[in-house]
This record gives sequence, C-alpha cells and structure tokens, in this order.
Amino acid sequence: MIEEKKSMQEEVASLVEKWKDKEGNLIMILHELQNYYGYVPRPAALELSRVLHAPLARIYEVITFYNFFKLEAPGKHTISLCLGTACYLKGSAILLNEIKTLLNIEEGQTTKDGLFQLDVVRCLGCCGLAPVIKIDDKIYGKVQKNQVMGILSEYAEHKPEV
Amino acid sequence: MVKGKINNIAVEVDEGVSILDAAKKAQIKIPTLCKHPDLPPGAGCGLCIIRIKGTPKMLRACCTPLEEGMEITTHDPEIVAVRRTVLELILSNHPNDCLQCGRNNNCELQTLVADFGIRQESFQKFLPDVPKDDSTRTIVLDPQKCIRCGRCVKVCQEMQNVWALSFLERGFCTRISPAGDIKLADSPCIRCGQCSNHCPTGSIVELDETARVWELLQDQDKHCVVQIAPAVRVAIGEAFGYPLGTNLTKKLYALLRRLGFKAVFDTNFGADVTIMEEANEFIQRLQKGKGHLPLITSCCPGWVDFMEKFHPDMIDHFSSCKSPHEIVGVLSKTYYAEKNNIDPKKIVVVSIMPCTAKKNEIIRSEEMYASGSQDVDVALTTRELARMIKQAGIDFVNLPDENPDHLLGDYTGAGVIFGATGGVMEAALRTAYFLLNGKNMEKVELNQIRGLDGVKVSEIPINGKRIRVAVAHGLNHVEYVLDQVREAEKNNKEMPFHFIEVMACLGGCVGGGGQPYGVTDELRAKRAAGIYQDDKSSKQRCSHENPFVQQLYKEFLGAPLSEKAEHLLHTHYHARPVYAK
Repeated sequence: MIEEKKSMQEEVASLVEKWKDKEGNLIMILHELQNYYGYVPRPAALELSRVLHAPLARIYEVITFYNFFKLEAPGKHTISLCLGTACYLKGSAILLNEIKTLLNIEEGQTTKDGLFQLDVVRCLGCCGLAPVIKIDDKIYGKVQKNQVMGILSEYAEHKPEV
Repeated sequence: MVKGKINNIAVEVDEGVSILDAAKKAQIKIPTLCKHPDLPPGAGCGLCIIRIKGTPKMLRACCTPLEEGMEITTHDPEIVAVRRTVLELILSNHPNDCLQCGRNNNCELQTLVADFGIRQESFQKFLPDVPKDDSTRTIVLDPQKCIRCGRCVKVCQEMQNVWALSFLERGFCTRISPAGDIKLADSPCIRCGQCSNHCPTGSIVELDETARVWELLQDQDKHCVVQIAPAVRVAIGEAFGYPLGTNLTKKLYALLRRLGFKAVFDTNFGADVTIMEEANEFIQRLQKGKGHLPLITSCCPGWVDFMEKFHPDMIDHFSSCKSPHEIVGVLSKTYYAEKNNIDPKKIVVVSIMPCTAKKNEIIRSEEMYASGSQDVDVALTTRELARMIKQAGIDFVNLPDENPDHLLGDYTGAGVIFGATGGVMEAALRTAYFLLNGKNMEKVELNQIRGLDGVKVSEIPINGKRIRVAVAHGLNHVEYVLDQVREAEKNNKEMPFHFIEVMACLGGCVGGGGQPYGVTDELRAKRAAGIYQDDKSSKQRCSHENPFVQQLYKEFLGAPLSEKAEHLLHTHYHARPVYAK
C-alpha cells in the first residue's frame, strides 16, 4: 500500500516536472494521468493539487467538464452500445435497458466487480448490422433482446452454474 | 470619461464602466440574477440583455462597457419578452416549492417572476436529481434550486480563496458541488456562509435552528440566556424597514426578554474580556518574548478554520483567546451560575450572531465545553432572529428601550467595534497602550485601520516603540500579509508586523454570512458607521474601564492569563486536512 502510494507520488511528480512552466499544463498532465491509470484516481488528483498549487476544485472542474476524462476505473470489458439513428430505430434502446437491468449499472458506469463498463455511442459505422453492440473490439450485429444475456456471459469469468 | 445615451437619457461614466452600472446613473434598473456588486460580471443569467443602436444582436449589459457615443435601449417590448422567456427557462429547471423555501419572500428569482407576472409554466419541467447537503450543520446546499448564476462559486473561490464550491460537469448536468461530489463537511468549506449571503435563490441557506430555540424557551426546566453580537444590532433593523445601519441594541434587549429569555447578555461584554486577555497576551509576547510575534487575532471562526486548513504554520502566532461569544457562554455557565445559584446544567446559552461559522465553532473542540457542558448551546444568525421576531408577533419597531442584565451585559466602546474590520485590533491597542503607559491614549480612534480597504497597514506609536499592525478582511487578502511574515521568518529578518487582525468576511462581522441579504460595500460602510457611532457615544471606550469586567476579574478570574482564565477563556489550534475525503 505504501509502495503504491509512493509510486503515485512519483508518477505525478515526473509528469509535473515534464510539463511545468508550460501554459495549460493541467490538462496535459491529466491526459497523461488518464493514459497511465485509465482514469484519474482521486489520490492522484489530490497529489497533483498539492504539487501544482492548484485547488482540487479547479482540477475537478476540468476533469468533469471534458467527457474524455474518467473518475472511475474503467471496466475490464467496455460495452459500447449504439444509439445512432439506425440502431435506435431497430430497437437499441431496448437493448440498453436490458444491459442496464442485467448488470445493474447506468450508462458511463462500471459493474461492482469491475468486469463491464457501459458506454453509449453514436454510430459505429456498420448501420447495416443495426442494432449493434460492441464489446471491446468485437462487433455483435442484429442483436435481439433475448441474446444479450448470452453475449455477456461469454465474458463472465466464473460461468454461472446451470 | 465616456458619454452615451441610455433610453435617450445622456450619461457620462468612467471608461470601462458597464452599461448595467451606467444605467443606474440614469435611474434605470436592468434586471440581473448573476451580477452582484461584490463580484466581476459572469454573463450567466442572460437577463440583462440590452440593445445598442447599430448592433443587430442583443448584448449583456453586465459585461459590456459603455463606449463613447453609444445609444442604448434597455427596455422595449421585445427585450421584455426575451427577459420573460429567460425567466421561464430558468423556472423550467427550478422547483416550485417557494412556500417551503428558506428564501420565500426574500428571493431574487421569485421577485423577478412576480414582477414579470408569470402565471404559468411555458416549458416542461426538468429537475435534476441531486440530493441536499446539510453536512456542515451550518449551511444547507440544495443544488436543485441552483440557477447556475455562479455567484457562490466566485465568492468561494475568488473572494474567500477557499475553493470548496465549484461547477462540476457541463450543460444540463452542471451543478455546484465540492470537488468529486463529496459532502461540504469533508471539503475545504470554512462555513463562512458568504455563499448563502450572495445566492439569489434558496439554493444555499443557513441551517434554521429557530424551532430548537422555541422548544428550549418552552422548557420550564431550562434557564435560557441570550447574547447578541456587535454586528447584529446594526443590521437587524433592515428586516423591519429601519434606515441602514440603525443601532437597535436597546430594543433588542427588550425584545429578547419578551421572547422569554431569563437573562439578556451582550457579546460585547465578552469582547471586552477577550481584549483583557488578548492585550495581555500581546504584551507578554512583545515585552517578555513569551510566544511568537506577530500575534494574530482568533475571534473569527471562519478565519480559524481557514488557518487550520491552509496555513497551519501560523498556529503558534495565533492568540489562544476564545471568541467573545464563547467567553460569555462559558461565564454564563460558571460565573453567572455561581453568583445566582443556578444549576449550570439547566442553563441554555443562545448566541445571536451575524455568522454561520459560529454554528460550528460552538462544537469545534473540547475547549468549547470548558464549563463542563457545551458552553454555547445554539448559535442563531441575524436572519433567523428576524424570523423569530416576526413569528412572536412583537411590534419590534415600537418596542421601548431596555438595558441588558448586568454581570455579562454591559460593554465599552472597545467591545462594540469588534463588529467592524479593524475593530479588534483597535480595541486591543487601546488596552495595550494603557497597560504599557498606565494611561489611556489621547485619541482612542485609530482611523488608519478603519474602512473597507482589503489590507490596512499602519504603525502605532506605543511607549516609544512603533507597533506595526496589519488588518485584513475577505480571505483573499490574507495571503499577502502572511507571505510577508513567512518571508521574514525564512530570512531571519525582523518581522514586518507585531500584530495582525483577520476577519473572514469583507467588512468584518458587519458583512457576515448570517446577516440580512443584499450586502454591498455601501451597506457594509453604513453598518460599520452605526457601530463606530455606538463606540463614540459610549462613556467608557476601553475594555479595561468596564466596571463589570473589573468585577469579574476581582471576584472570579483573578487576573488576565491566570490559571482559571487560561482554563475557561483560552483554546488550542490543530492542523486540519483541507480535504477530509
């Protein structure tokens, strides 16, 4: 635990060193933090606030203003559900509800076990396959509501007993 | 100077003055919900739109300076219609619970909606689901009522340099919150309440504890005593139509008796005692080298909280003396209880304060329980007292004058000036001078440390020595002073100051977060003038001359800084994390 904390301090320190004296450095450092951790952990933001002498409130204003930055650790698998026009007309809203119900999360959230993260996207560029769900890099086309459970269980690490 | 015409009326203003302010000179009121005289324009609400001849678009008057030759229209049917639509759009994201709201009858949004005669909802309601936050037990944040004007954020970040509040997210999801949606109590919030004083709606209000006080007053087993802070007496009248700055001390004594309090004390008496302790503390540090210089005042709980979080390296400089209302609290439950043979456990102390942070100060550390139980039981703000007066059906305006209860009620001019910036310093120097010279200053008024400049620096000759003092108010002015102290400390140089006074709120307590709404520099100055007038007309103007203070030391405490005084009247400070989470 102590080692991990130290490495976070070192990580923040090296990023600040790299970008110090450069205008607009906060956003560049946040980019790099997110690249490194996959999100901006609160301890890292607190440390950044201390080293940069920037109020934490200002850092969070920037983080939450831009959709790009995440405050929660991303899930192991990212579900991208398309709500673009074609998918929507073909019933992707129903799929979205099904996923939310099955995983008990809202869009943008990650399941408690960290396995899935649910993102809503607009158009994945394969409207002919509508409605489309993408999990990591794999596309599932013409998905029906009753197929969702099956697709998700492909990624389950402990297969439920039948 | 630039000249222009507003609604065909010629106006002349300094370069850079906004059209909003220029219009005031022509007796024209342009509505706004985001611009506040204390704050730079934010162009947040869109109500102050006007038209400039030759420009096709409507522009915002708050952030458009008047330019030479401009011809401006502030009101025509189209502009009024647009303003109405802006209000209707604000209402579409604002709950309709005005009747239960802390700002009912006193809300800038409600007033404008009434003025515009809006009788129906033109847009579908969308209310974000964000919970209330009363974790600080001093102010209540209700993000649902927020109209995103940004005043509180600017106050918290720029005026107070606290940075507890921020705007998170964007668009529909924009909300005021501490960083990371934690509770305010876990944030850097120092509970100064300036956000609540500047909020145009009921999104941030003081925690209302009037019901608790009514209950305690009803309880036959309790002996309720009350005290009023210096700044309350010159502000309460605003709620009853008095001219600004009217001093209502004696009517307040009469009123509080009628509310059912068994004894009516005055925080100004506590201020006189504070000065006895603090002036002696100062002299010990100055002459005997006992403790650090500069000595920094500590009667403002917002400032104490701020220092413990952001400037803990200054702890050794702080006066250990408690704030005046805590002193009246602890003396009520010891000295007053003893002399009147009342069981201290039955005594309830209520403080009427211009301040929301006082609600937290009364439980801030174990020293606030020096009498054996909580020394001050409830701290009400000026705004809460105004409501109690109205609930009680007392014709406040026509009340006769009465006097306070002796023992902890009589005060000198030095006690009352605590309510204005520079007052604590002035009061302390009056007594310090006496202690060093054996006589009073020839001229007790120290005009050089009065007034609304953010930082006031001066040299006061005492006993052949030039005492360098600094007075800061509004927490964004503090760093400038403290950095000079740090610089001297670092370089082992002579300290730039011997004595520093800090008040968290602009103007000192007269501009406190619990005072009536609508504060401006003009109002702060008028309230302060009421206080200085009280000082001027006082028979005794120095704390050490207060006969009841002299009696207190003779009969009960012994001497300033005695063991008993240290136990009852002094406290300690501890570094606290800026973020608890």
